[in-house]
Amino acid sequence: MIRDITIGQYYPINSPVHKLDPRTKILLTFAYIIALFFVDTVWGYLGVFLALALAIKVSKVPVKYMLKGLKSIVVILLFTVVLNVFFTTGEHTIVDWGFIRITWEGIFFALEMGTRLILLIVGSSLLTLTTSPIQLTDGIESLLMPFTKIHVPAHEIAMMMSISLRFIPILLEETDKIMKAQTARGADFESGNIMQRAKAMIPIMVPLFISAFRRAEDLAMAMEARCYQGGAGRTRMNKLEYHKGDFLAFGFGVLYIVMCIVL
Amino acid sequence: MKNIVEAKDLTFEYLIHDDQGKVEDTIIALDHINVTIKEGEFVAVLGHNGSGKSTFAKHLNGILSPKSGMLWVNNIDLSNGEHIWEVRKDVGMVFQNPDNQIVATIVEEDVAFGPENLGVEPSEIRKRVDEAIHTVEMDDYKRVSPNQLSGGQKQRIAIAGVIAMQPKCIIFDESTAMLDPIGRSQVMKTMQKLNKEQGITIIHITHYMQEAILADRIIVIDEGKVLLSGSPKEVFKNVEEIRRIGLDVPDSTYLIYLLRQKGYDLDPTLLTTKEVVDAIWQLKSNN
Amino acid sequence: MAIKIKQLTHIYNEGTPFEKVALHDVNLHIKDGSFLGIIGHTGSGKSTLIQMFNGLLKPTRGEVYVKGINIHEDGVDKKHIRQSVGLVFQYPEYQLFEMTVYDDVAYGPKNLGLEGDALKERIESSLKAVGLDEEFWQKSPFELSGGQKRRVAIAGVLAMNPDILILDEPTAGLDPKGREELFSQLKEMHETRHLTIVLISHSMEDVARYVEELIVLYRGEIAFKGDTREVFKHRERLEEIGLGVPQIRHIMDALKEKGMLVDTDVLTVEEAASKLIACLEKEVNNA
Repeated sequence: MIRDITIGQYYPINSPVHKLDPRTKILLTFAYIIALFFVDTVWGYLGVFLALALAIKVSKVPVKYMLKGLKSIVVILLFTVVLNVFFTTGEHTIVDWGFIRITWEGIFFALEMGTRLILLIVGSSLLTLTTSPIQLTDGIESLLMPFTKIHVPAHEIAMMMSISLRFIPILLEETDKIMKAQTARGADFESGNIMQRAKAMIPIMVPLFISAFRRAEDLAMAMEARCYQGGAGRTRMNKLEYHKGDFLAFGFGVLYIVMCIVL
Repeated sequence: MKNIVEAKDLTFEYLIHDDQGKVEDTIIALDHINVTIKEGEFVAVLGHNGSGKSTFAKHLNGILSPKSGMLWVNNIDLSNGEHIWEVRKDVGMVFQNPDNQIVATIVEEDVAFGPENLGVEPSEIRKRVDEAIHTVEMDDYKRVSPNQLSGGQKQRIAIAGVIAMQPKCIIFDESTAMLDPIGRSQVMKTMQKLNKEQGITIIHITHYMQEAILADRIIVIDEGKVLLSGSPKEVFKNVEEIRRIGLDVPDSTYLIYLLRQKGYDLDPTLLTTKEVVDAIWQLKSNN
Repeated sequence: MAIKIKQLTHIYNEGTPFEKVALHDVNLHIKDGSFLGIIGHTGSGKSTLIQMFNGLLKPTRGEVYVKGINIHEDGVDKKHIRQSVGLVFQYPEYQLFEMTVYDDVAYGPKNLGLEGDALKERIESSLKAVGLDEEFWQKSPFELSGGQKRRVAIAGVLAMNPDILILDEPTAGLDPKGREELFSQLKEMHETRHLTIVLISHSMEDVARYVEELIVLYRGEIAFKGDTREVFKHRERLEEIGLGVPQIRHIMDALKEKGMLVDTDVLTVEEAASKLIACLEKEVNNA
């Protein structure tokens, strides 16, 4: 089930966007998100939409694949929209049943929220769709480097992210295995009230934690055996470098921000 | 030839604590062990689970430090738990669980991890990584996620990660225990290749006697002591002693043993299928 | 008939790019009271097959009958099937979770609604069957050695009082003595409790020594099934599919090829020795 969520999962193809330096993509994604919150006109949203559409087109990621990812969050999206419809106060009332009041302002605001959310999610998922996890962590590490002066543990954060990415699939598989093993011992995870179900999870959680700790211990030992002593004095096989495409992308980024402010 | 490992009266204890944190019991894992291993040797360390063989291995690159006694590895004194980082540059280790020793999400990034830690130049790392992956015959899997590999393939990646650090000696701490027969034979082949072609000292901790046969020398550890040491032929002829401590001898050796029990005159050090077949054939022809 | 499988096909991720046929048109009967081994490569479908036996997996096509009941028919109580077919996964010690050995073994029978003396009796007899004496019962399972943990996990399944016990590589990672002990305990359960036992193994020597019948899986299909002795007669084909025969057969076959008139159909070294002796003595008498 958990594995069905494809939102933002790296889509390995070759495109100009895939080839960009991860730092470029991270910075542009930030710029995109921040600028999105300054937009409040229909023209503005149209501009953002066109910019995003252009980026998707260049990235060659099939639109269908992206929309399939959105499916998993449709419920959250609808929930947000509906809440906004009901809880926004305004003057132009459409329906008034005493405790429920729907206003034109509410509907507009809800639609705006929905649009903004979709643009936000699709835009940021484009980053992870076109950047492999390892590039992403490299990019974050490199961008955080200046902050090590104020004691931000840039290398450690990146290392933690990378290790999580490595072990999440392993632990998912392990969960599956333990669940099956306990089912074979007559465990029942599907019936009973909330308390009973929570209790039924203990025989899964305990072995899973023990296993995770054991793996962490093993991994720490293996890393030290390979002379890992933290970030100091380390070199990297693949150094990040900006290329022509990155400068071009930054150019588009500036244009985009100007557009967002003007519209 | 130079000694790469020299252990004199090496002793190690585990303390068992009770609920209040008081020492309840002391378990002597290594009991005055004396071992020397020469550069370029292929040594198998045999022992049953809990014999102390793995504890011994973990001393050789400073994961554990001796309680008493002397330990020199690659001319570095490890007796006091100091200098461990110097030793680790030259003595690599491959562990038991293939999953729990791969750090990166892409094969070649993982192989690069060791040299990166040593501060090697990027272009040199690239070269070493490519060579190491080629040595373990995983060239087609450079950009693949380790999660897509079989156990034997993962272990070969772990080996490549160690080779890329250009060590003099590699310790395999029960690295074949969790593999299927195909994975095991792949890893054994890689070990032999490293030993023969690159002269790397191999110390292989195992309880599979089929694997120990491939070594130049076998050290049998039991109850924290060195029980036997010598060539596979010399060691496996002690059929009763080896079986008494819960280990097996090769089927060929055991067959000879059974025939000798019945009074047939056969050389107890026979080991390979061919040797055994020839000897029995000889016996028949003599009749 | 304990288990019957009819035209079973299983496909993982059907209709996606990751589609993989794990089992293809498998037909199988497991008789009551058999001691059956399943051998095959990693990926040959062994693990998928045993998960069919107790309904943990639902086949893409085909039927599974346990003691005459089609287990995927509506209204069949899955809990009852899982009680009747006990399944021990690979490295089962990783499922232990309780504070004491005793409580952990109690988990299964408690899920079945057992309590009081009946529960107590179940737990104690299961622990005894795997050779764990009272001194272990109140210990934390995490203090035990690997082999002991494994036996606690097996006792946990035995306590469900299954008619059929299925084990996926029960001796993986154990040393020769641990393997031998576990196999003899299984054999004893088979004999005294009339338990039907099905086990997956990677060791030709172990299956030759202990199991009565053999199923050979290759690429999701049954390559051979039958009496262990019969199956191992197909040395050539078994080697083709990368499995082979017990080591001792190589010696016997080589002797026969040289011209010795010996019966090569042997399963254990002891058997080989006695057949060789018979052959050698005949020579003496003839001469």
